[in-house]
Amino acid sequence: MDYFLQQLINGVTLGSIYALVAIGYTMVYGIIGMINFAHGDIFMVGSFLALIAFLALTAIGVTAVPLALFLVLVIAMLLTALYGWAVERIAYRPLRGSFRLAPLISAIGMSIFLQNYVQIAQGARVKSLPPLVPGAHILMDDGKFVVQLTNIQIVIIVTTVALMLVFSWLVSRTRFGRDMRACEQDLKMASLVGVNTDLTISLTFVIGAALAAVAGVMYLLYYGAIDFYVGFVAGVKAFTAAVLGGIGSLPGAMLGGLMIGLIETFWSAYFSVEYKDVAAFSILILVLIFMPTGILGRPEVEKV
Amino acid sequence: MNGGHDVILDVQHLTMRFGGLVAVNDLSFEARRGEITAIIGPNGAGKTTVFNCITGFYQPTEGMLELAHADRKKFLLERMPDFKITARARVARTFQNIRLFAGMTALENLLVAQHNRLMKASGFTFLGLAGWPGFRSAERESIDRARYWLDRVGLLARADDPAGALAYGQQRRLEIARAMCAEPVLLCLDEPAAGLNPREALELNKFLLAIRAETSTSILLIEHHMRVVMEISDHIVVLDYGQKIAEGPPAQIRGDARVIAAYLGVETEEVA
Amino acid sequence: MTANENREANPRTARLDVGGALKDAAVAAAIAFGLFSLMLGLLTSAGPAGKLVVTTRFGLLAAMIAVVFIGRFLVALVARRRGASVPGPLLTPQVRQGLSRLERLVAPAFLLFALLVPVLFYSNRYLLDLGILVLTYIMLGWGLNIVVGLAGLLDLGYVAFYAVGAYSYALLAKNFGFSFWLCLPLAGVLASFWGILLGFPVLRLRGDYLAIVTLAFGEIIRLVIVNWQDLTGGPNGVSGIPRPSFFGIPFNNEPDGFAAVFHLEFSATHRVVFLYYLILALALITCAVTIRLRQLPIGRAWEALREDEIACRALGINTTNTKLTAFATGAMFAGFAGSFFATRQGFISPESFVFMESALVLAIVVLGGMGSQLGVVIAAVVMVGGFELFRNFEQFRMLVFGAAMTGIMVWRPRGLIATRTPSIFLDQKKDIPADIVEEARQ
Repeated sequence: MDYFLQQLINGVTLGSIYALVAIGYTMVYGIIGMINFAHGDIFMVGSFLALIAFLALTAIGVTAVPLALFLVLVIAMLLTALYGWAVERIAYRPLRGSFRLAPLISAIGMSIFLQNYVQIAQGARVKSLPPLVPGAHILMDDGKFVVQLTNIQIVIIVTTVALMLVFSWLVSRTRFGRDMRACEQDLKMASLVGVNTDLTISLTFVIGAALAAVAGVMYLLYYGAIDFYVGFVAGVKAFTAAVLGGIGSLPGAMLGGLMIGLIETFWSAYFSVEYKDVAAFSILILVLIFMPTGILGRPEVEKV
Repeated sequence: MNGGHDVILDVQHLTMRFGGLVAVNDLSFEARRGEITAIIGPNGAGKTTVFNCITGFYQPTEGMLELAHADRKKFLLERMPDFKITARARVARTFQNIRLFAGMTALENLLVAQHNRLMKASGFTFLGLAGWPGFRSAERESIDRARYWLDRVGLLARADDPAGALAYGQQRRLEIARAMCAEPVLLCLDEPAAGLNPREALELNKFLLAIRAETSTSILLIEHHMRVVMEISDHIVVLDYGQKIAEGPPAQIRGDARVIAAYLGVETEEVA
Repeated sequence: MTANENREANPRTARLDVGGALKDAAVAAAIAFGLFSLMLGLLTSAGPAGKLVVTTRFGLLAAMIAVVFIGRFLVALVARRRGASVPGPLLTPQVRQGLSRLERLVAPAFLLFALLVPVLFYSNRYLLDLGILVLTYIMLGWGLNIVVGLAGLLDLGYVAFYAVGAYSYALLAKNFGFSFWLCLPLAGVLASFWGILLGFPVLRLRGDYLAIVTLAFGEIIRLVIVNWQDLTGGPNGVSGIPRPSFFGIPFNNEPDGFAAVFHLEFSATHRVVFLYYLILALALITCAVTIRLRQLPIGRAWEALREDEIACRALGINTTNTKLTAFATGAMFAGFAGSFFATRQGFISPESFVFMESALVLAIVVLGGMGSQLGVVIAAVVMVGGFELFRNFEQFRMLVFGAAMTGIMVWRPRGLIATRTPSIFLDQKKDIPADIVEEARQ
């Protein structure tokens, strides 16, 4: 029971990270119908930027951890958002309206480019940081197994929930959110009624990247180690989460993220660790075959 | 009920619901063999939905769609997948928004329509790969059939041009020619006259009447263009809000108050 | 109006808009600063105590920003001068007709060259190996072309069938001693069987979803290979795969060896030349079969499927079977290629079957354009050959490769050979430009 509870806590934490990345996938797919293959690598760039920012801040004397982390978060979000904007501008916008495969190949090219860019810029070795948010709260201790909730887990879950709330507010209450939903429904019509579709699409990418950056920071703090390849696998899992929850649906991305995090954690804990990635891929396939609209997605009626 | 006429399509209590929206409500009518039956009604009346049910793109929520061949063979269309409806029951259709294979030539479009026949002749490709003469002659026959229909719609000179490069009116005609190459017993046309100018509409009338006269194909058609409907239909079914509000020969429908009311006076001149 | 006519009509735009270009360049430089500031400007490395320390690289940062500034300035100058942001069509109809006549010469020229490569470069083992590598990718490209180029199915996991072919061959040859000529068809059958198995549940998925699922399948197969040590040797792979023989005569230095039988001085190059012609033959068979299939109803159905699946179904075509056939046929050729790969290397491991390979083959097909056979050849030569050329720039070549993939797509989304040749005609075969061809109409 304790073991289960611990896995539950771990799963929710991991799921929060996936949820943040999944939002980026689902928003982009919802608005331009494209799978942003490079999004996982944006997440990776975010975590690297966080690492570098942190080290730089420490080097110039900002040693108070809460302040440093706050600054790191802001810097990572801003710069990663810039990367997200740049990728859209360079690789996707020119191909809007082109045939389906072109943006996909372009995205794959960007993914390869980003991975190697980071690899060349910062080296291929795994980069690690000592734990920055130490401490934990023991929830249950029966002598055999200790169930604890670490501070970093609290930080992750709280930050994720807060961002989700902000984001939901953004989508449902603001002008941008309305524009975004209009573009999702019918891009051409939205532009005809005066929505600046280019700007809306760019903002979608920017926000998705910013959230991925937060996920990157969290990932760095939680696992303490990153390398240029983390984007690929995390990306596929986050995409699985988005699809599971219902691609195009924001609550779906959050739900999906949570589920994938839990599934992955429980699978590793109770079955085998080696095949955990296979589990993630298999879930993706099963969901797409049996439930392509996902749990919260809108079923599409084909108009002939 | 059918007055001695042979019924090719018997639609009984067709209902189509999308979630809470009822698109077609308890529709029943008959299309007779060798006749041109038209389904008309204001926009949103559910006409294309009916077509999609008949041709298998939607699965009806309720109802029976029975297609009868001349040799008494019957097919329950509501149970069949779309491609089987074309392949076995021999129902072909055209689309409201033209769906030609734009990057393929007119000739290729018409050959695709004869796919099943050619596949069998090619021994599901294997014999064809081996150069089987039986396939060669079947292919020649198919090309001849394509040539015939291209000629009928006046596009023989454009046979090697990509379908996407043809003018709108030509594309409409090509789509009908393509459907005819599938050798259907029932041809379903979704707004074939949409966007045609008066001269082209007249030619379409002549063409459809010729199909009725020269082939054993019956026609079911959705149309807004009243000139076309009134001049060529043998039987008209009028829908409004998913329900049948009138049925009968053109002369009767022309003066039907309910029909005129449904169209809200817009069509009064056109009907005359 | 072509760009030239435009310029003549508006002589004002013939001047250089330096101010505007500078503004564009400044904006680009500012963005570059934002992007590169941390990633290039600072370097994290292991410090003396093992912990990470950060050092500055402002020189590199400044240089990169300068490069962006200058590059953007030049591009802006040219773009503003033309007066239009979209350049006029590069190829007028006359040029196009001329090019397609040229195209008819290019293909035989390529074929002739390919046949003569071992003769021309007999002493250059490196070039022969490169030739074999390029031909392998050409064959894979032609195989994937059936799935992606003709039938329009987005397959991102093609490498899985390549792996099945390779491992089937390896295990059959090692454990049962079957000869290459028996294993080759068996590997093809097995791969195609996997194609059907994998294809069946997923083929009703739309475009992008199909792509992701095939990607996932590819990865699953690789992970299974890596983890199922008993069968596949896991990460260590399978070694000691029997090398090819000349129809039973081995390529060794023995009295019954190839050299002795044909009264030649023994050379290791013999086997390499044989392998070269073998892959050339396999590739040509792939090409011939594809061309023939295009003229048969199944090939036409594939192309129709690519354009509009719903219209196909409305014409009575069982599109599920059509897709499965495309998938299985493509898989079969990948299986053949895999067999060849296994026997050529003598050793295979999961490392050779990563997602990157699928991406590379897909890029070759898409870059080649529109299901064009010749396009695949050119794209493979450029990408694989180019990739090899940059061998010395190990680190940078992947970077350039990724950038090139994106760049080429943005520049020519329809690929190099952006025309479709009809498979049948009454009077005259007219090439169809790519912009008319529809893809995956919903």
